[in-house]
Amino acid sequence: MAQMTFLQAINQTLDQQMEKDASVVVFGEDAGFEGGVFRVTAGLQKKYGEDRVFDTPIAEAAIIGSAVGMAINGLKPVAEIQFSGFMFPGYNQIAMHLARFRNRSRGKYNLPVVIRMPMGGGVRALEHHSESLETLFAHIPGLKLVVPSTPYDAKGLLTAAIKDPDPVIFFEPKKIYRAGKQEVPEEEYTVEIGKAKIVQKGDDLTIVSWGAVLRDLQKALANYKTDKSIELIDLRTIAPMDSAAVIDSVKKTGRLLVISEQVQSFNVASELMARVNEEAFEYLEAPPQRLNGFDITVPLPKGEHHHAIDEKKMHHAITKILGYKI
Amino acid sequence: MSIVDRFDPLKKKMFQVLDQEGNIVSKDDVPEIDDKTLLEMYRVMQLARIADIKALQYQRQGRMLTFAPVQGQEAAQIGPMAALKKTDWLSPAFREMAAFLYHGVTLEQTYLYWYGNEFGSRFDDGVHVLPVNVPIGSQISHAAGLAYAAKIQKKDQVALTYIGDGGTSHGEFHEGMNFAAVYNAPMITIVQNNQYAISTPRHKQTKSETIAQKAIAYGIPGVQVDGNDVLAMYAVVKEARERAIKGEGPTLIEAYTYRLGPHTTSDDPTIYRKDEEVEEWKKKDPIIRFRNYLINKKLWTDKKEEKLVQELTDLVGETFKKVEQSQAPTVDEVFDYTYETLPPYLAKQKEAYKAFLKESEEN
Repeated sequence: MAQMTFLQAINQTLDQQMEKDASVVVFGEDAGFEGGVFRVTAGLQKKYGEDRVFDTPIAEAAIIGSAVGMAINGLKPVAEIQFSGFMFPGYNQIAMHLARFRNRSRGKYNLPVVIRMPMGGGVRALEHHSESLETLFAHIPGLKLVVPSTPYDAKGLLTAAIKDPDPVIFFEPKKIYRAGKQEVPEEEYTVEIGKAKIVQKGDDLTIVSWGAVLRDLQKALANYKTDKSIELIDLRTIAPMDSAAVIDSVKKTGRLLVISEQVQSFNVASELMARVNEEAFEYLEAPPQRLNGFDITVPLPKGEHHHAIDEKKMHHAITKILGYKI
Repeated sequence: MSIVDRFDPLKKKMFQVLDQEGNIVSKDDVPEIDDKTLLEMYRVMQLARIADIKALQYQRQGRMLTFAPVQGQEAAQIGPMAALKKTDWLSPAFREMAAFLYHGVTLEQTYLYWYGNEFGSRFDDGVHVLPVNVPIGSQISHAAGLAYAAKIQKKDQVALTYIGDGGTSHGEFHEGMNFAAVYNAPMITIVQNNQYAISTPRHKQTKSETIAQKAIAYGIPGVQVDGNDVLAMYAVVKEARERAIKGEGPTLIEAYTYRLGPHTTSDDPTIYRKDEEVEEWKKKDPIIRFRNYLINKKLWTDKKEEKLVQELTDLVGETFKKVEQSQAPTVDEVFDYTYETLPPYLAKQKEAYKAFLKESEEN
């Protein structure tokens, strides 16, 4: 096993899948020759040639739309959108076609397409480079959306995404691209899409998170003094959401806190809290809570800390829900 | 005959007034510009250059955030801005610091934006410049709308917009161009063809021989111009403005130029282009060319140059100091511009956050 960063794990997975499966193609703006602005696809064009690894013109709609055509005609496209904030022109193709072809053609055309997108904040970036747009994809029937938080899961989930017969949006929290290494097996393996992971077992509170925030949350929990025990769940897949794992946990702990860097209204936590209310209401010892960004445009770097989920905010939210008495 | 009639983009004819050394190549095409304006054009070109070099240094010292350097493209921005009226609109992309400075944005505002503060996008009243536009291609239709509004309100006003060579690949480029052309909107589009879109070379963006020839499909004039020749850029925009005001619609101008610096400070251009290529383009530096012209015209001397550079260097240093001392956005500021009136749920979020901050301070 090798020690890898999140970024290296993705690069190695693309390499492995391209080697095993000649139908896998990789493309995007600057994704070919340069290997992407983050170097996620570095070295692939040299190894697999310009037909299979290529730079596209700046045209997100054409990137997604051509992936639809390629998938119908025998390829497995793994397209890169440079930053999730720039996917909007491509959203037309995602919502109108990518998510619908299976249903529209009554199962004749399924689309094994993966769209990779760096996402999330915390890197002091310019406008449109810091958003967490999970809801926009999770709200579209027919799409899957995954957000790994570790190098191991990045490889396993990306392998599963490439093998998946349906379109998968693959979010890469850019803040953790190079944040620490982990043992990642060389050989192929998958992490099942749609399965959450219990990161830490506990009996008094269930905290659900994913992506880069989950990594910060683990540090915050290590620094949090309490005699209560906390169960931490990494959601890993946003759609289809493993609400069963969360509901089972809440039935045990009676308390739910969902932490993310999304804006608040209509976010992933809203849906998770609704499902818990529907299926575990009688087990609740406190109203389900969420800690997330505010309903504002993500501020530019000098104001980004207001929106970011830091340790203080996490501790405050945990203390509040643990202290709640009916 | 007009410039656009003489320089056919299909024949790869590029319009030029000054050669690389600053000598006049086409006497009849030298635009009439008074000395005061010529010197102001030069001053702002130098200001942009110095501000750009300093910003790069500040960024490398960790004092400035990511920014998009303009070095090498000053002529493609100052020429056009000098040919506009101050009441004309500028709908920029994100590499137009020189154009901003000439058209009324202050250096402090420009720096504040790249320092990561939204107030760097709030320009003074009467300044007709839209904020930095990050999503590629989306500014063209804004310009089409500005121009359409000018037309039906019978204003003596045009809208000028900038985009890069890579931006012309974008669907929205086509949509905006076509819209403006259909309605004869007084719009001027300048494509700064600086040869690369981040790492991707121009030939991977379009199979067209020139970008200017794309105008033909929209039914409007298109012309390729030496983008490092400030007088050529001035002349072609002056003419495009006259056509636009007469109701003859948009013009597409390809400014053939080069980005001497990285795409942004996050980019390493040595991965995708050779030093020799950059060195070749340094010989075509638009500022050196214009300075030679001014010296030949007896408007400029080495002494004046030395004085100006010192003056601008001091100004840039002082301005950045001010920016570094600027206040970070307050809680009210990050919430209050979301709507004219903060809805109750959002007001509640703000108040809860303020209470949290107060509590954290006390503990």
